[in-house]
Amino acid sequence: MSQRVLPQKTYYLVFAALLLLTLVTVEVAFFDMGILNFSIALAISTCKSLIVILYFMHLRYSSRLTWVVAGAGFFWLFILMALTMSDYLTRAWLSVPGW
Amino acid sequence: MRIGQGRSRLTEIHAVPAHQFDDLDQQREASSLGMWVFLVTEIMFFGGMFTGYTVYRHAYPEVFADASRRLSVVLGALNTSILICSSLTMALAVRSAQAGKRRALIGFLVLTMLLGSAFLGIKSVEYAHKFHEHLVPGATFTFPGPRAQHAELFFSFYFAMTGLHALHMVIGIAILGALVALSWRGRFCPEDYAAVENTGLYWHFVDIVWIFLFPLLYLISRT
Repeated sequence: MSQRVLPQKTYYLVFAALLLLTLVTVEVAFFDMGILNFSIALAISTCKSLIVILYFMHLRYSSRLTWVVAGAGFFWLFILMALTMSDYLTRAWLSVPGW
Repeated sequence: MRIGQGRSRLTEIHAVPAHQFDDLDQQREASSLGMWVFLVTEIMFFGGMFTGYTVYRHAYPEVFADASRRLSVVLGALNTSILICSSLTMALAVRSAQAGKRRALIGFLVLTMLLGSAFLGIKSVEYAHKFHEHLVPGATFTFPGPRAQHAELFFSFYFAMTGLHALHMVIGIAILGALVALSWRGRFCPEDYAAVENTGLYWHFVDIVWIFLFPLLYLISRT
């Protein structure tokens, strides 16, 4: 936790950016872009989370140790997703009887 | 520690770190780090459900898109905005605690509670609609088309994920209520507001979960 008091303006800017990105993510969903829809929605959500984490949760001004702990959490989530999907996404590649 | 050297005894006691810490900075650091460790366990907790959702959405993309269209984008987007507002008021509450503004702190905490309750109110309206439309997994579940059981899977994920998210909100609101009572008694000061800061971290985390839930559940395909 940092003692540093951020100016109110920072919080209002983050708030405006979050609302704007919410609007974009809703609008984009009404256009058919195939697989891109999923990627864009996920990219926007990741951007929103990042600014919440960096500014609302003060991670940007926290110690490097806190960075490592937070990063480790998302890295482990990535392992969970990547290993699981590397199984499910590749099952159809070979036609094995019984699958 | 320097208790009662010129300044009033009460403020000095407030500013003394617990005995296992060298100073207040170290104590602050430890408290926030501990909260982050807890949030990492929360990431893994919700992560398991997000992974399960990904597996089944990949397996039944069309049915998941059809089922997703039965959710209200308007209510979902409204709730997303309400939650973002509540994150702003929570961040401003923490800022007020840092600056030692007791009245503003209490005001923003109450505002956060109200916005959180509004979110839960809208959520309950949505749940009621799903019950009326027989979209709640179970004996009465009905969905047009031959793959109703796959749509049922989508709604199982919908209720499990939004339900656990809502439970986190209920817990968050209860904690905020406790913080209001503590701030009322003047428990927090610019040197010691760890409980407010950590509740803020928790509240923003719950907001982040929703930031992912909203597009994944409501916006699969709206074309």
